[in-house]
Amino acid sequence: MALPRITSPHAKGSNRTQQVMLQVLLATVPGILALTWLFGAGTLINLLWASACALGFEAAILVLRKRPVLFFIKDYSVLVTAVLLALALPPYSPWWLTLVATGFAVVFGKQLYGGLGQNPFNPAMLGYVVVLISFPVEMTSWPAPHTVGLLEGLQQILGIANLPDGWAQSTALDALKINKSLTMDELWAQNSAFGYLGGAATEAVNLAFLAGGLYLLHKHLFTWHAPVGMLAGLAVMSLLFWNGSGSDSNGSPLFHLLTGATMLGAFFIVTDPVSGATSNLGRLIFGVGVGVLVYVIRAWGGYPDGVAFAVLLMNLAAPTIDYYTRPRTYGHRKPTRGFKLGE
Amino acid sequence: MASPSYREITLNGLWKNNPALVQLLGLCPLLGVSNSAVNALGLALASAMVLICSNTLVSLARGVVNTAVRLPAFVMIIAALTTCIELLMQAFTYELYQILGIFIPLITTNCVILGRADGFAAKNDPARSAYDGLIMGLGFGVVLVMIGALRELFGTGAVFANMHLLFGPMAANWQLTLIPEYKGFLLAILPPGAFIVLGLLIAGKNRIDEALAERAKAQQVEAPVQSRRVRVTGVIE
Repeated sequence: MALPRITSPHAKGSNRTQQVMLQVLLATVPGILALTWLFGAGTLINLLWASACALGFEAAILVLRKRPVLFFIKDYSVLVTAVLLALALPPYSPWWLTLVATGFAVVFGKQLYGGLGQNPFNPAMLGYVVVLISFPVEMTSWPAPHTVGLLEGLQQILGIANLPDGWAQSTALDALKINKSLTMDELWAQNSAFGYLGGAATEAVNLAFLAGGLYLLHKHLFTWHAPVGMLAGLAVMSLLFWNGSGSDSNGSPLFHLLTGATMLGAFFIVTDPVSGATSNLGRLIFGVGVGVLVYVIRAWGGYPDGVAFAVLLMNLAAPTIDYYTRPRTYGHRKPTRGFKLGE
Repeated sequence: MASPSYREITLNGLWKNNPALVQLLGLCPLLGVSNSAVNALGLALASAMVLICSNTLVSLARGVVNTAVRLPAFVMIIAALTTCIELLMQAFTYELYQILGIFIPLITTNCVILGRADGFAAKNDPARSAYDGLIMGLGFGVVLVMIGALRELFGTGAVFANMHLLFGPMAANWQLTLIPEYKGFLLAILPPGAFIVLGLLIAGKNRIDEALAERAKAQQVEAPVQSRRVRVTGVIE
């Protein structure tokens, strides 16, 4: 009889969900720092307010559902939702916008389906899409980097006083979408804030999220399949449909990888273990689907960025992907699924 | 089968077997035109009219129609009545007729109407059938108008805008602005809003039913127990 030879200390695994969520929160820190450095304290105010709203909604609905409040709040999953949502919303978006978004994310996106582990859609992306289609003006108001101070930003968030006209600036993806006449070089020369590739703002932010994501990958919080799938899908699509840098350009592959919500999506949204696919192959397919859809929406859709829509669409497809990619059970033959031609 | 009492019909149509909240019939118009109170009210009235008339006619024709061809016959009756309503709306509320568009001819295919024709009117006398049509139309209409008003309120901050489309010039200023300077919540007006509001209404109804059942149970338990002795043999005098 072989006993496992493990010596003391026998470390007891504590609440695993809590540990995972804490690591994810930790990994968002570089992105938070980059956003704060560029856009000022708006991101931090968003974070605090969204977290407070989310905790309030979660506690309220847990009481309504007669569930233990502290037990479920202590797994920090609601904080992760709030943080991801706050990072996706524009800094200096009004307070009620954040309130509505977190309310929909927590109440409709998560708890009405039965809480953590039961939600078919990524709650943060659901909340984001709800406010995106409801309040297009507020949701497309991204400030130019290094322009908004703390006090005036706070006044803007609370709705006391508005920032001077023209404080909001089109992002690189916006500019690319509405651009009809300028070549890429001219467009970039006109907007000094766009930086080298994806906009000074977004390329720094994307690199920061990439760093956080690589940390999570290093910690084995998720496998490489979904993020690599998404980035590969996006890169291949943007390479195939890259039509140079004329005025009808769709943007270069490097631009697409480092702009918008690409890295946030690839490492923090697509890797959601609940609403994504389960097997490794499934995750890869899920990621590629998101990447391809993001490019389709960016290049030919009505919205400048499409990570949230792409993720929700693939969330819908996740059960089907799981059905067809179930791994073979050891000792059993691979089951045949679906229709077979010629039978 | 004994014909149901009027009390039963009322209770069934308005609450226990409400076509919109319990049977979930006629969802297409329910979700499609409930983006404002006036649209909802217009379609609710039209559907209720068709339902009352079709129930009466189907009930009158129930002895004549062969069971094998009853459904086509009922649909013919309903389609004829729908055409009448459509022409009436075209004559008197033309703007509303244009707004509701395809949903008026689609009243023919509303499952509530065919369901009541086959499920109730084909088995009961004309008076009861007409009353059932009225109550079912009311039950459907109340939910439809509630969804319409709620979506209009969440979407625009006001209710009962544009009521003159239905009631003429005297209703021009019936609009109630409940939330002034409201930003407008587009999602409520868009199709997802219909699903969400309907889901919330169903949840609310189920919650009320649950509470009623709990209360009834509690009252039962409170009833005094007469005797706790176990009787093994005959009755002890």
